[in-house]
Amino acid sequence: MSEIPFAPVIVLAIFALIVGVTVAGALIAALSTRIIRGVAGLMVCCVGVAGLYFFLNSPFLALMEILIYVGAVCITIVFGVMLSETDEPASNASRRSGILWGGTAMLVAAVVWVTLSRLSLAGPWPVPATLVSDGSIRAIGLALLTTYSLPFELISLVLLVAILGALVIARAGRTKE
Amino acid sequence: MNLLQIHQQPAIYFVLAAFLLATGIYGLIRRRTLIGMLIAGELIFAAASLNIMTVNRFFVPDPTVGQIFVLFIMGLAAAEVAIALSIIIAVYRNYRSIHPSDISELNR
Repeated sequence: MSEIPFAPVIVLAIFALIVGVTVAGALIAALSTRIIRGVAGLMVCCVGVAGLYFFLNSPFLALMEILIYVGAVCITIVFGVMLSETDEPASNASRRSGILWGGTAMLVAAVVWVTLSRLSLAGPWPVPATLVSDGSIRAIGLALLTTYSLPFELISLVLLVAILGALVIARAGRTKE
Repeated sequence: MNLLQIHQQPAIYFVLAAFLLATGIYGLIRRRTLIGMLIAGELIFAAASLNIMTVNRFFVPDPTVGQIFVLFIMGLAAAEVAIALSIIIAVYRNYRSIHPSDISELNR
């Protein structure tokens, strides 16, 4: 690793890029007026979060984030956008109440951000002396099939029930017409 | 704190997770369509996952636990999106609108 010149600088540049991608995606997802741009922003944000997972020593979760969020969740939301009318409605409330709501939302978001940041930065976080496992993909697989086998099976059941429920709910609306 | 080692410090991940949560809450308050609120909810999920992964990376003796927890969060988020979108489509078929202010029959 130390063979490459300026390796720490390159790593820092990649990290800054990933953080920038995450922040930009989150801002696009929250602030854009057209909903399809919000979905695209969510995709960008999830790619950035996957990069952050990679920096957090977990390449498996980075791949899963891209696979599930960008590949499945966002595409499903795009289907939802296509199947319904999605433009933000012409605001029938007054412009003043819009500004008031926007200001309130911004205030709440800022308070949450500052408070949680300060709280998590100030808190005493004891660092463990020794690591029990290395957190590799092999360790994840072993834990999923031994310690967490019951939740693992339950989550597959939850997904099955969710798919069936989604079919039933969407179909009931169709037969009614 | 050395700037070159900033990606090995938990601070920036914590601040970023709080930022994602704040944007999610902002979107949840500000959006006026159900799908927009769903997107904001996904941002909040991402914030929670990032926070758990940060604690898992720096402060937990067994780094496997947090990764499995985040995997379960992803599964639950997928199930939630499937159900929420089918509800949104059913609502759209009945009301011809997905704006929360139009769906107010119980309010009358």
